[in-house]
Amino acid sequence: MIFALAGNQNCGKTTLFNQLTGSNQHVGNFPGVTVDSKSGVIRNHREAKVVDLPGIYSLSPYTSEEIVTRDFLLKQNPDGIINIVDATSIERNLYLSMQLLELHKPMVIALNMMDEVRANGGTIKIKELMEELGVPVVPISASKNEGIDELIEAAIRTVKNHQLPKRIDFCSGAVHRAIHATVHLIEDHAGREGLPLRFAATKVVEGDAPILNQLKLSDNEKDMLDHNVTEMEHEMQMDRKAAMADMRYTFIEKLCAQYVVKPKESKEHLRSVKIDALLTHKYLAIPIFLLIMLTIFWLTFSVVGAFLSDLLAAGITALSDTVSIQLTAYGINPVVHSLIIDGVFSGVGSVLSFIPTIVVLFFFLSLLEDSGYMARVAFVMDKLLRKIGLSGRSFVPMLIGFGCSVPAILATRTLASERDRKMTILLTPFMSCSAKLPIYGMFTMAFFPKYRGLVMIALYVLGMLIAILSGFILKNTIFHGKPVPFVMELPNYRMPSAKSVMLLLWDKAKDFLTRAFTIIFIATLIIWFLQTFDMRFNVVSNSADSLLAQIGKLVSPIFAPLGFADWRVSTALITGLTAKEAVISTFAVLMGTSTAALPQALHAVFTPLSAWTFLVFTLIYTPCFAAISAIKGELRSFKTTLGIAFYQSFIAWVIAFLFYQIGSLLL
Amino acid sequence: MGWMKMTLDQIKIGESAKITAVFGEEELRCRLLDMGLTPRTEVMVRKAAPMGDPIELRLRGYELTLRLEDARNIEVEEHA
Repeated sequence: MIFALAGNQNCGKTTLFNQLTGSNQHVGNFPGVTVDSKSGVIRNHREAKVVDLPGIYSLSPYTSEEIVTRDFLLKQNPDGIINIVDATSIERNLYLSMQLLELHKPMVIALNMMDEVRANGGTIKIKELMEELGVPVVPISASKNEGIDELIEAAIRTVKNHQLPKRIDFCSGAVHRAIHATVHLIEDHAGREGLPLRFAATKVVEGDAPILNQLKLSDNEKDMLDHNVTEMEHEMQMDRKAAMADMRYTFIEKLCAQYVVKPKESKEHLRSVKIDALLTHKYLAIPIFLLIMLTIFWLTFSVVGAFLSDLLAAGITALSDTVSIQLTAYGINPVVHSLIIDGVFSGVGSVLSFIPTIVVLFFFLSLLEDSGYMARVAFVMDKLLRKIGLSGRSFVPMLIGFGCSVPAILATRTLASERDRKMTILLTPFMSCSAKLPIYGMFTMAFFPKYRGLVMIALYVLGMLIAILSGFILKNTIFHGKPVPFVMELPNYRMPSAKSVMLLLWDKAKDFLTRAFTIIFIATLIIWFLQTFDMRFNVVSNSADSLLAQIGKLVSPIFAPLGFADWRVSTALITGLTAKEAVISTFAVLMGTSTAALPQALHAVFTPLSAWTFLVFTLIYTPCFAAISAIKGELRSFKTTLGIAFYQSFIAWVIAFLFYQIGSLLL
Repeated sequence: MGWMKMTLDQIKIGESAKITAVFGEEELRCRLLDMGLTPRTEVMVRKAAPMGDPIELRLRGYELTLRLEDARNIEVEEHA
């Protein structure tokens, strides 16, 4: 049997899902959209599977999250629904419950955070609530793992007995008449389409276009429907959508007035208000935010992440050396030796070195998200991002992009709308990642030793400007539609659950490792192959003869208008696809010098202007394979991903071209 | 003095008002209503973001944030 887990955002849905399934989860994607679909087997019940639906507030047909939820509930036909309701803001949460009830499926309500309500002196009369709503209501505390067994038992029992909601009629007066007239009108159509009758009727009265189209009413029936609705609107002095929302909230208000004793003021809320007094303070909010982000960056890239990366690198080197000695002792063919050591080990090693950074960054990100601070960042930063058609929610992922594009792209998963997710993924690589710093460092040392800092700052600013410009262009072209309204809940601050954080880290690490050993691994092997062999598939003794160098020579004319037609430059740029740090080491190899002597040697290939142009191109062009595969993983489209990679290279070329040509005229 | 009609973006920080009507483009309006900003609902404007926009509201026992331009679609009356 299959359960759908549905509920609002921030109501503890993920925590409950983790409690229901343990680590027994499968993360996938709903077809055609970037919306996560997680499913898992319920603990101790191998026959029962639960699908975690996106967090939504209503079954409206607007955002992809809502559409996906509706489609799943209507078309995939789960056997039962587990609706999680946050008892601390029960009014708004029940609004979704009332729409779920209309689907007329076996359903249980999991009343979460009951421990908080009780601790603050509030009570909810469960038995009465159960009678009024006509479905089992189980009080739980997902974070404390309380009531979960009872919930599972109730859910399974409800499905086994095929126990349908006892009540779906919550309205009175004009709305009642309109819905009932509509029920009769559409009964046959809904039956034919397999739509739950009551749900279809309510949605049609509400003015829900997709359901109305699906019902295929005759013109006569449509007229009658319009007549019903007009009469209701007239009597209610409200339009259809407002009248339906009002009907639901009026019922909920009455219900809560009778059976919910709210605590006067909960200590969690008081605490939130106090924390907010500081974290969203008029003058302190932004400095505090920057301080938090700087601390996260510092810990990730300088302390914890760096330590783990070094440890990992040392381990890989040690292993690689041991294997290398063994292979040599065995007298293995030198090509196979090179394949294993230079291809597999260094390829896998370079990819694995990302893992500590990703895991550590995600650890902090999930703390920010689960504690409720991310919503505050969105609140504080919204005004800045609005002009390029995004909301404050995109700020943190884009900021993470300055560290590494991979976790930044993966972090977009928490954005509330698909449109924002896609757009943020497109813009994030323009934030100059930390792996590009060695290139900037080398070139500024060689050409602008007096202005190193200034040049680097200019590059970062240029990246941001291009992102802003691209945002404007995207907003008016591909994403010209209305952005999803920024109407966002600011949940109370909460302690993140260790289990949720750990599961998320495991999930991200696993996800990245899977891709590391597929796409990225193959890509690095191809680069190794091209570096190792010449046109006749003989092993090269001089790197200038390799296939890669041939390709570099082939494409180098493309870069002539940018001021660097030398094949060594184009070859270095190609190896930069494996990891940006590789650009410098490739230069050293191809120029036949050490890294220390490279600043001098670079003068043979670049003028100061073309060096500048090269930096501009490096800043913008296609990110590394790891980032590309992260983009592919999130967008789930090979074509779009390839399109993005080409788009970025194209933009890089155009801007570098303009830069060089205008620079030549001026100098 | 009776009631004064205005829109939600005009309410001063710390003050409360009662919603009388919700306007706006379809999707936004649907969203506002779904989040509980229905006629007759009491709303308190808790604070504004550091850059003056968006604003934070308290209604139905929870906190909601929305932009001033969107708040302009919500007609309210204030105890005058």
